[in-house]
Amino acid sequence: MLALDTSKKLSFSKLIASGDLVIVYERHETMKAVKVCEGSVFQNRFGMFKHSHWIGLPFGSKVYSNKSGYVYLLAPSPELWTLVLSHRTQILYIADISFVIMYLEIVPGCLVLESGTGSGSLTTSLVRAVAPTGHVHTFDFHEQRAASAREDFERTGVSSMVTVGVRDIQGKGFPDELCGLADAVFLDLPQPWLVIVSAAKMLKPDATLCSFSPCIEQVQRSCEALRTNFTDIRTFEVLLRTYEVREVKINSMRGQGGSPCQQPPCKRRHTNEGSDKQESVSSAIMARPSAEARGHTGYLTFARLRCSA
Amino acid sequence: MSGNQSNVDSVQSRRVTWEGCSVLLDINDGDRLVFSRLTENSTLKIGKKNYSLRPLIGCPFGSLFQVEYGAEGSKLSRLLRSAEVSNIEDNGDYQPVEEHRDNRELVDNNKAQSLSGEDIEELRRQGATGDEIIEALIANSATFEKKTAFSQEKYRLKKQKKYAPRVLLRRPVARSICETYFTKYPARIGFMRVDTLSLLLSMANVAANSDILVVDMVGGLLTGAVAERMGGSGYVCNMYLESSPYPMDIVRMFNFGDEICKRIVRTSLSDLCSVQNDPSEQMGHDVSATANSSNEQMCSHETLTEPSGMEEIALPSENEVSKCKIPKAGDKASQETIDLWKANGFSSLIVAAPELDTWNTVKDLMPHLSHSAPFAIYHQYLQPLATCMHRLQSEKMAVGLQISEPWLREYQVLPSRTHPCMQMSAFGGYILSGVKICNPESA
Repeated sequence: MLALDTSKKLSFSKLIASGDLVIVYERHETMKAVKVCEGSVFQNRFGMFKHSHWIGLPFGSKVYSNKSGYVYLLAPSPELWTLVLSHRTQILYIADISFVIMYLEIVPGCLVLESGTGSGSLTTSLVRAVAPTGHVHTFDFHEQRAASAREDFERTGVSSMVTVGVRDIQGKGFPDELCGLADAVFLDLPQPWLVIVSAAKMLKPDATLCSFSPCIEQVQRSCEALRTNFTDIRTFEVLLRTYEVREVKINSMRGQGGSPCQQPPCKRRHTNEGSDKQESVSSAIMARPSAEARGHTGYLTFARLRCSA
Repeated sequence: MSGNQSNVDSVQSRRVTWEGCSVLLDINDGDRLVFSRLTENSTLKIGKKNYSLRPLIGCPFGSLFQVEYGAEGSKLSRLLRSAEVSNIEDNGDYQPVEEHRDNRELVDNNKAQSLSGEDIEELRRQGATGDEIIEALIANSATFEKKTAFSQEKYRLKKQKKYAPRVLLRRPVARSICETYFTKYPARIGFMRVDTLSLLLSMANVAANSDILVVDMVGGLLTGAVAERMGGSGYVCNMYLESSPYPMDIVRMFNFGDEICKRIVRTSLSDLCSVQNDPSEQMGHDVSATANSSNEQMCSHETLTEPSGMEEIALPSENEVSKCKIPKAGDKASQETIDLWKANGFSSLIVAAPELDTWNTVKDLMPHLSHSAPFAIYHQYLQPLATCMHRLQSEKMAVGLQISEPWLREYQVLPSRTHPCMQMSAFGGYILSGVKICNPESA
């Protein structure tokens, strides 16, 4: 998923090979991560697909099933991975992930601490941001989830950049050996205020911290705890609104004295056919917000460690 | 650790300022933001006075400075940690006390303060510090005791900003540069808000060892943000589709060292499409490149002639520029690199070009992307993106198409005073994102 050195740039790996992870795209919001394997088969509503047909094709190819259905084989990325990974916990989505990485000022070479790992959605994006010279230390107190996360990082090829620790960060804080080394700390815990003092020890001066909490009471307690050692404390909500686009055909009858009639919206384009009724067909591309939206994920509280003299 | 520029662009070395570095000065907690460059002679105007910025050189980013009144006049002096934590903030033991006061008897008739402007000047001449003046004002206010606790806090903060202004030394990075421009000169960055910029970087899978094609008509903010996230590997190709490159001044504010600057290259679409090794063509392009490349002096001249607000950027003189050796970004891409892009394609595409036709731009650039390359197109207006999305769909050039509008709201979180902020940005632009697919018809 990541190009960890110049010899393996993303643009170079165009052809699918056995052992590669592909994202099978059926349609918008219906995707699945599949590991390509010579003898294997992928089945979905469109039919059966043999992996052997996929090998040697470029990523982004359209492939057909035995029943003439088709899917697209996309190259994996942290964004696509977030949409296909198995949810062991509630995960963070692109709006929060992208804002967190920008606001924590994470760049290649950074050392980032995270707790809890959860399903590794944010972790994968953190790894991309610090690669190839940085590192992510992520902690979860649930042994099985930590193991699943390690497996996922193997599957996506990022395991050299991330260390998963099983540790109760709320109870014990971050490990001493990381003191003063962290460029950023990210917390997604039920009681993050218990970890603030430890986080302050881990961070370099002027380094950044973020705490993600669904409830405002958690935010209030965290902010209070932050005031001692941190400055620049800011809390945000980030959401995405999506839009739908349709081509709408508008049919107006001219020279008939009748009122113009409107065709129901349709997606396919129709060619303009002349007729003796002087029908004029025009189409307009219209956009409107989608009716459904995610209303809330969590509040993001950011802070910087005060500089000491 | 004396700001040795020849070092690798390690994150560590960038935490302390050096002579010639670009900084963002935050005066009075966000009330005023100024970009500057720390040279021997650079100054900052606060109130009616110009303060030398020399005390800021060699200090860590995040340091706080306050105007100090001394024998030699006033200057900026670094606040040490103990003084930094004001009474207001260090309320670790805040107990929600029952508030019995209210403002029913308070009349805003400007008569509450008994100290006059001259009295304050006298205090200053006697050597009173800013904090002492604030205490004096509070002591001489007839209504202070009658105010609620929150109101007293607000009053103290207001006086502190006026009589003891503070300057926070901030590191210019994508986040702070974008936020500042969005607050001060949003039109110059096409109204691209910081969350929008962050989405563009994620949606286009910006990472190290990538070749990212960027059409940046937002002053270089996008190019700089991409280069920052690539960290000195791969290439950011800042492409121009017409005869001359688009301005990229904002890139200079990022404090990029040589390694990252080398990775920011320019090329025109015609260069990318042209048949190889036509010597006469090559020369023609070189000439136009040198005329338009982001040469320090040229850019200084450009920015000096720009109207309003640019006086906030303290530009160094030519001598100081050459002494500081600020690395240059935006060289013309070498033929070798262009050939590599022709062979493999770019790993992703980001477009922020309000003045170009979106669909035509995307149509021209898509063929140059690698297979399954993600792309993110930014626009202030919805319609061009809707049209572009529709065309991409009908011509089966991409999947996973989505038009997103990011929404951002900030909260004030204080004991018994938590609520969303009164001010809010209602608009940060739209993004069309997707993934390029192999079109079987043209395969």
